[in-house]
Amino acid sequence: MNFLLINFFLISLLLVTTFFIFKTTSLISVVALTGAFTLLCSAIYVNLDAVDVAFTEAAVGSGISTILMVMAAAKLPEGKKNKLINLFPSIILAVAISLILIIIIANLPLLGDPNAPIHLHVVPEYLKESKDFFHIPNVVTNILASYRGFDTLGETIVIFTAGLGVIALLTSNTLNRKTNFKKNKKNER
Amino acid sequence: MRDKISSSPVLSVVSKILFAPIIIFGLYVQFHGDYGPGGGFQAGVIVAAAFILYSMIFGLSKGETLVPIMINRYLMCIGVLLYAGVGIVSIFLDGMYLDYNVLSSDPSTGQHIGIILVELGVGITVATVMIALYHSFASFGEIND
Repeated sequence: MNFLLINFFLISLLLVTTFFIFKTTSLISVVALTGAFTLLCSAIYVNLDAVDVAFTEAAVGSGISTILMVMAAAKLPEGKKNKLINLFPSIILAVAISLILIIIIANLPLLGDPNAPIHLHVVPEYLKESKDFFHIPNVVTNILASYRGFDTLGETIVIFTAGLGVIALLTSNTLNRKTNFKKNKKNER
Repeated sequence: MRDKISSSPVLSVVSKILFAPIIIFGLYVQFHGDYGPGGGFQAGVIVAAAFILYSMIFGLSKGETLVPIMINRYLMCIGVLLYAGVGIVSIFLDGMYLDYNVLSSDPSTGQHIGIILVELGVGITVATVMIALYHSFASFGEIND
């Protein structure tokens, strides 16, 4: 009962936040509200007992990405208000996607159903043997680092590559060097 | 632009007080990830948050003296190489790639060592990439010769 009440409360808060994200036109408030949205999401994950996911969501989603979005918003020229665009296509798209999602939700297994497909494949094996073998109580860590070590290596490389890409695109040194190079060439002529 | 960020004494005092506890919490999340929620990804982000807070309050150039850009970039690579290196070492110890069982005479201890090293690699990479992202975003558009 408590679980349901808390979930209902959090999801109605999510709806309110979403409504205000739609309503506001100021960029900074949208960023702040998106941070609040992800924080609420992480509270929902805690309520669903997915503590590791909630932790990641709170740290990455509402922490770092909010800071980065604020930094990006601060770099944008201010004072420009969005013109009202034709909303009709986006409304149709939104309604269609939500209809598809509702149909999918109707076919999903119930929450915590032991016969759900995801609980029948490798999960029972992991839950049963990982603690005896690794002597590490956190099954999530076992799966992340040991059973799925290759996946995590790939994720780390993805983050590394993303960092490299941003450095290559945004660091002013490289840009300046190029323009200086061009200037020097012009001077030589 | 660079050093005009800090203005209020409240902000600078509070961030000075918070800096060490944030890093200690990050280390706790890093090395306690085997027993509770947490691990390399989250810990990296938390440690990076401490450094980002520092450079937000005291200005970008002070943040750059705290974590020099080139050292940050080397650490980015070292994290990935540490992760991949654990795999290579396990190949040389007659195991398969990323098979931690062979890292110690006892397979369970080997798994412990492997998981801690791998998570450390993830943590280092995530933290330094986040700091690098912040620095590139914050210094974007500046003209420096």
